[in-house]
Amino acid sequence: MRIHVPNDTAARSVGADEVAAALASMPIVRDGHARVVRNGSRGAYWLEPLLELESPEGRLGFANVSAADVPMLFAHGLPDRNHGKCIGLVEKLPWLAEQVRLTFARVGRIDPLSLDEYRSAGGLRGLERALSMDAESIVREITASGLRGRGGAAFPAGIKWETVRTATPAQKYVVCNADEGDSGTFADRLLMEADPFQLIEGMIIAALAVGATQGYVYLRSEYPCTAQLFGEALTRARSAGLLGASVCGSSRTFDITLRIGGGAYICGEETALLESLEGRRGVVRVKPPLPALQGLFGQPTVINNVLTFAAATDVLACGAQHYAALGMGRSSGTMPFQLGGNMQRGGLVELPFGITLRDLVERFGSGSYSGRPLRAIQVGGPLGAYLPASQWDTPLTYEHFAAIGAMLGHGGIVAFDDTVDMAAQAEFAMAFCAHESCGKCTPCRIGSTRGVEVIQRLRRREQPLDQWNLLEDLCETMELGSLCALGSLTPMPVRSVMKHFTADLLAPMGGGPSISQVTP
Amino acid sequence: MIKPAIAPPDVAAAPLIDVSIDGMTASVPAGTTVMQAARTVGVDIAHLCATDTLRPFGSCRLCVVDIAGRKGLPASCTTPVDHGMVIRTQTPQLARVRRNVMELYISDHPLDCLTCAANGDCELQDVAGAVGLREIRYGYDGENHLKAGKDESNPYFTFDPSKCIVCSRCVRACDEIQGTFALSITDRGFASMVGAGLGETFLNSECVSCGACVQACPTDALTEKSIIDAGQPDRVVKTTCAYCGVGCSFDAELKGNDVVRMTPSAEGEANEGHSCVKGRFAWGYATHPDRVLHPMVREHIDEPWRQVSWDDAIQFAATRFHAIQEAYGREAIGGVSSSRCTNEEVYVVQKMVRAAFRNNNIDTCARVCHSPTGYGLKQTFGTSAGTQDFKSVAHADVILVIGANPTDAHPVFAARMKRRLRQGARLIVIDPRRIDLVRSPHIQAAHHLQLRPGTNVAVINALAHVIVTEGLVNEAFVGERCDAVSFAQWREFIARPEHSPEATEAHSGVPAAELRAAARLYAGAGNAAIYYGLGVTEHSQGSTMVLGIANLAMVAGQIGRDGTGVNPLRGQNNVQGSCDMGSFPHELPGYRHISDSVVRGSFEDAWHTTLDHEPGMRIPNMFSAAVAGTFRGMFVQGEDIAQSDPNIIHVTDALRAMDCVVVQDLFLNETAKYAHVFLPGTAFLEKDGTFTNAERRINRVRPVSPSRTGLAEWEVVCRLSTAMGYPMGYDSASQIMDEIAALTPTFAGVSFAHLDRVGSVQWPCTAQHPMGTRIMHEQTFVRGKGRFLITQYVPTDERSSRKFPLLLTTGRVLTQYNVGTATRRTPNTVWHDKDVLEIHPHDAEVRGVGSGDGVLLSSRIGAITLQARVTDRVPEGIVYTTFHHPEAAANVVTTEFSDWATNCPEYKVTAVEVRPVD
Repeated sequence: MRIHVPNDTAARSVGADEVAAALASMPIVRDGHARVVRNGSRGAYWLEPLLELESPEGRLGFANVSAADVPMLFAHGLPDRNHGKCIGLVEKLPWLAEQVRLTFARVGRIDPLSLDEYRSAGGLRGLERALSMDAESIVREITASGLRGRGGAAFPAGIKWETVRTATPAQKYVVCNADEGDSGTFADRLLMEADPFQLIEGMIIAALAVGATQGYVYLRSEYPCTAQLFGEALTRARSAGLLGASVCGSSRTFDITLRIGGGAYICGEETALLESLEGRRGVVRVKPPLPALQGLFGQPTVINNVLTFAAATDVLACGAQHYAALGMGRSSGTMPFQLGGNMQRGGLVELPFGITLRDLVERFGSGSYSGRPLRAIQVGGPLGAYLPASQWDTPLTYEHFAAIGAMLGHGGIVAFDDTVDMAAQAEFAMAFCAHESCGKCTPCRIGSTRGVEVIQRLRRREQPLDQWNLLEDLCETMELGSLCALGSLTPMPVRSVMKHFTADLLAPMGGGPSISQVTP
Repeated sequence: MIKPAIAPPDVAAAPLIDVSIDGMTASVPAGTTVMQAARTVGVDIAHLCATDTLRPFGSCRLCVVDIAGRKGLPASCTTPVDHGMVIRTQTPQLARVRRNVMELYISDHPLDCLTCAANGDCELQDVAGAVGLREIRYGYDGENHLKAGKDESNPYFTFDPSKCIVCSRCVRACDEIQGTFALSITDRGFASMVGAGLGETFLNSECVSCGACVQACPTDALTEKSIIDAGQPDRVVKTTCAYCGVGCSFDAELKGNDVVRMTPSAEGEANEGHSCVKGRFAWGYATHPDRVLHPMVREHIDEPWRQVSWDDAIQFAATRFHAIQEAYGREAIGGVSSSRCTNEEVYVVQKMVRAAFRNNNIDTCARVCHSPTGYGLKQTFGTSAGTQDFKSVAHADVILVIGANPTDAHPVFAARMKRRLRQGARLIVIDPRRIDLVRSPHIQAAHHLQLRPGTNVAVINALAHVIVTEGLVNEAFVGERCDAVSFAQWREFIARPEHSPEATEAHSGVPAAELRAAARLYAGAGNAAIYYGLGVTEHSQGSTMVLGIANLAMVAGQIGRDGTGVNPLRGQNNVQGSCDMGSFPHELPGYRHISDSVVRGSFEDAWHTTLDHEPGMRIPNMFSAAVAGTFRGMFVQGEDIAQSDPNIIHVTDALRAMDCVVVQDLFLNETAKYAHVFLPGTAFLEKDGTFTNAERRINRVRPVSPSRTGLAEWEVVCRLSTAMGYPMGYDSASQIMDEIAALTPTFAGVSFAHLDRVGSVQWPCTAQHPMGTRIMHEQTFVRGKGRFLITQYVPTDERSSRKFPLLLTTGRVLTQYNVGTATRRTPNTVWHDKDVLEIHPHDAEVRGVGSGDGVLLSSRIGAITLQARVTDRVPEGIVYTTFHHPEAAANVVTTEFSDWATNCPEYKVTAVEVRPVD
C-alpha cells in the first residue's frame, strides 16, 4: 500500500514535507502496512498538498491536506472516500481528465527517481527507437512532427537539429535551457521534478540525432530542490547505463552535466546562457553566428528548452504523424499552459494548441481567485501582452497570437481582476526589463530605465501627450533596436496596455482633461 | 588574428558576393559584414561600438540597417553579406531609431562638451551630429551616472564613469588586443559600468597601463592626463619608440613643439596600433629638468663641472685624446656606441673610431646583451639576425620561449604572442623563474622546463637528443637544406647517452619525462617558433646556447617559413641596428670582417683613409687595459656602463684610471661621475634617423621637436672627428644613410625617401627586394647550407658553494627600462620604485627573511642591500632581482665571467648568499 505525497517545490511550499513527516509517525506507516512514496506533482497546484492513496479502482485523492489533518485522516487506518478532503479518483477529476497529457503524462503517477517506473509507464520507448535509427532519420522524424521550440521563440526544432547535424566540427553539444525565469511559469520545474528521466531521454535522442557527446542542463539557481532531484536522476541514469561511454549498450557516448545559473533572467536567452555556461558574464551574443553552428565553446550546439526535449521523446515513441495530428495549423502538438495569478485553479494544463484563452481560463482556471471579474490576462510571461476580454476568444496558437500583437511564449498565463491598475503593469514591464537587462545594448540598457520614468510621468499625468509620444518612440526604438528578445519584446506588454487599457494611462486624475481629449 | 569590425575586406579573396547598398553594388568576399561592404562603396554607417581593431560586438545599435525581406533592423557590424541582399542605410525609420538611440545615450551623459577634454576628438559628439540629435525629451531628472566619481589613480590617464557609454571597447581592447583581462563590465542593465580588477582602482588592478583601453575609448571616459592638461594636439609626427627592440611606431601628437600624447600607429608593422606603458606614456624624461643641455668639461673627476661652448668641449676632448695617443699609442683610446641611438649616430661613432682614432677599438652595448646571437646565428645560418617578422607568430602552432620574459620586456610583442596562444597554440617555457606567460589569463604553458641557471646548453642538447634518438629528425629538411658533414658529426655527438634528458636532469633539474614531451611537441608541430632573450645569451656558454637553438630549429625543420624560426628578442630599440652598423672591433657595417681586404678597401676608398686591419678591443678588454694603465681614453655614447656592466667595482676602477672619458648622454648618469667631458645628447623625440628592431625592421625616427642642445648627436661626433684630424661632415642624417646603403649590401635599397614612402623595410633590402625581407632563409640559408655545430655542455665556473649557496639571476620589470635612466624620471616609479629580491619561501624561512625585510645580497665580488619579496615564482635555491635602480646596483655583485666566444657577461648566474639586515 503506497501513500503518495508530492516531492515538488510548489507542493512543499504549501506543506507537503510536513504532511509526509506526519504520515511517517502514523501507526499504519510505522508498522509497515503502508509506505509513503514521494511522487511528483500532478500539476494541480490548487489541490496541493494532494495526498494519493492506492485503491483497487485507482488512486484516491485527498486535497489540500495539512500536517494537522493527518492524524485525523489516519486515526482509524486508512481514510475512506467519504472524508471531506477526498476528491475521489484523481484521474477521474475533470480538470485532469479533460487535458491531453503527452509530455506530462507520467507526472505525479510515478516515483520520479525510479527508472523502472519510468520505463513501465512508457518511458524510454522513444530512445529505444532512436537507437535503431540513423541520425538523419531521427531529425527527419522531429521535423515531420512540426515540433517547435517550447522556450518561447517557437523555432522549428527539426531545422535547428538538422543545422547541428550537418555542421562539420566533430565536437558538438546538447544544451538544455532550464533557466525558467518567466514569472508565472513552472512547467520546466514540474517536469524535472516529476519526470526527470524524460528530459534525460530527450537530450540523449538529440545527441544521437546531431552527434553530440556532451550535454549540459543549465538550471536556474532558484530551483534548489529541482537541482537535487535532477542531479540524483542523472546519477541513476549513469549507473543504469543510459548515460556514459556506451549509451544503452550502444557504441554511442553521451553524458550530461548539471550546471546551476547565477540568478540572472537574461541567462534564459540562449546566447547569454552559453556565455554563462562558459564561465563568463551572462551577456547576449550577436547572431550570427547561430549557436547551432558556433554555440557552446564555439562548437555546434543544440540548445532547446526542457519541454522541447521532453516532447521529442513522444515524437519518437509515438511517431511524427501522431504528434503532428494534434494542435492547429503550424502549431503542432500540445502545449503545457501554466495557469497562475488571480485564478481559482492554478496549475499545469496540457492541451493541444487551439483552445481559446477564454475556454482555458474559465473551464480550467475557473475564473478569478478573488471572485471579482477578470480584467486582463497576460500570456507568455512578463514580456507577453496583456489581453483584454475582447481578445480572450483567440485560439492559443503561435500564429493567432502573433496576429493580435501577442505571444504564447513559454505558456505562462497570469490573470488579473478588475482591481488591477494597468498603468502600474505597464511600468512593471519596463521595470522588469530594467532589472534584468544584461546591459549590453543601448535600447534595453538605457531605454528600459527611461521607460519606467516616462510611464511614471504618465501615471502622474505630467505632460501626458508628450510622454505618450515619447513612449511610442521608445517602444519602437526598443523593438527595432534591441539586440535580443528581452529588449525587443518589453514593449509588447507596454503597447498592449497603451492600446487596450488607454484610460489607465491617460484618464484624468482630479478633473483633468477627459480621455477623448488627450487620446492622440 | 582578430577580424575587426570595420577593417576593409580582403577583396582578393574569392568568391565575391554582390549586394546592393543604397542602390550601389558592392562586390565583397563571403564573411564580409554589411558595414564593411558599405565602406567599399563609400557609405559610412554611424557606429560607436565597432572599431577597426576589435571584433564586432553589436551593442550600440546605431549601425542598424534595413535589409529587404529581413525582420527588424539588423546591426550592420555583425550581419554578414548574403547573395542578392538589398540594403538600405537611410530610411525615415532608420533615422528615427538612430536619433532615438542617441537620445538615450545623451540622456545619461553630461552636456559639457565645451569644457570636455575630448572636445573635438569625441565619437559620441560626431555621431550625435550625424544623426541630427536636437533635444533630450527624457530630461535630466531621471536616473543617471552624472555624479559618478572619477578614478584618477593611474598616473597617465583618468577614468570618468559619467562620460562612459558602456560600449565595452576598452574591455574588449584589454581582452582581445592586450590580453590582460583587467577590465570588465560590472553589474548589469543601467548599472553596467566599466570596472578594473575586482572593484579596484585602475592603479591597484592588474591593469598594465598599455593604453589600449584609452586608445579604444570613443569619449572622454578614458583620457590621457596630458590631454586634460594641454588640450587637443595641433599636429602629428610619425616616429618610432626608443625603448625595447619591438620598435613600435607612434604618432607623436604635438602642440607646437611639445608632445601632448604618443599614440601607437596602426600602420606600424611592428605594433599595428598597440603599445605598452613605456612607449605610450613614459616619454616625459625627454623634457625632465635633470637633462643636461650644455656641454661641460672638467680637468679631473673630483672637480665640479664647468659649462663650456660646444667648440671648447670638443677641443678639450680632442686635445686629450691626441695627448693620450701621443703618449700611449694609437690604441690607447676607443669608443662605445649605444644601442639606443640611431643607425646614423652609431655609424658615425664607429667611423670616427676607425678613421679619426685610427684603430678598431669600437664596441657596443650589445656586447653585454646579444653578442652571442650575432655570433651563433652567423655561424649556423650565415646572418646575425632573427629570422622572422613579428607577425609570423600568428602562424605558430607551438611557441618555445627560452630565457625571455616578453610580457615585461617586450610587452607589445607579448600581446601578439598571447593572442596566438589564446587561439590554441601550445607554449613551452624554458626559464628558472615562473614568468607571467607560464600561467596568465586564458594561457597555460604546456611545459615549463624550470632549469637551474647556467644549464641552458644541457637542456637544449637534451631536447635535440630526444629528436635525434626518437626518430623525429626532419630528414627531408636536413637533407636538402643543411650541410651533411656537419650534421653527421653533430648527430653522432648529440645522440650520445650523456645528452639524454635522463642524464642531464642531474645538472639541469628538469624532469626527463617533461623534457621529452616538450621535445616531441616542438618537433611534431606544424609550425614551431623559438623566441629567446638574454636568459640565453648572458651566460658563459651564451654563444653555445645560440648554436644549440639554431641546431634544434634545423633538425626539426622549424625554420624558413611563417610561424617558425629563431627569434632573438632584442633588449634595446636599436641593438640590431647598432650591430648592423659595424660597432664591433672585428666587423665593419654589415658584419664583414675587418681583415677582409676587399671590404676594408671599399670603406677606405669611400672614407679616403686607410684602416687598421687588426680587430680592436672589446669593452671588457678596454676595462682591463685601463686598469693595467695602457688604455686611457674612451668615448661613451649613451650607455651607462658604470651601472649596466657586470662587476661594477672593476668598471669604475677602469674609468677612474683613464685620462679622458667623454660621455654623450641625456643625463649625468653613473658613468658621468668618472667623465671629463660631457656632451649633451638628444632624446629620441629630437632625433632624425632610423632604428632597426628585433625583426630587422628599419623604421624612421623623425624629429618631433628641434634638438634641445642645438646640435644633432651625429653632428657632435662629426665635429669631434674633425677636431681629431679626420674631417667628417654630412648635410643631414639622410646623407649618412645614403653612405651606409652605398657601403653595405644588405642596406643597399634603404634611404630615408624610400622609408618615408613605404613605411618600413626589413633588411636585406636591395634593388631586387626593395620591400625588404619578411622571413629569412626561405629557400636556402644565407650561408648556403645550414651548419650544425657541436655544443658541448660545460658547467659554468660560477656555481653555488657553502659560502654562496644561492644562485642569483636578473631581469626586468614591465614599467622600468634597463638601468632606468629614462623610466626612473617618469611616473612609472609608482609601480616599481625600487629593485627587490625575489626569494623562495623555503630559502627565506631558513634565513629568517620575510617579505619587505631588508637583506644583504653578497657574492664573492661585492654586496648590496635590497628589500626581499618572498615568492614561489623563483624555485628553491634561486634568487632574482632587477637592475633598474642605481641605489640597489645589482651589478655590484655580478661577476667577471663571460661568454667564451663574445665576452657577453654572465649576468644570469651569480653565486650569492642572502642575510637579513636591520
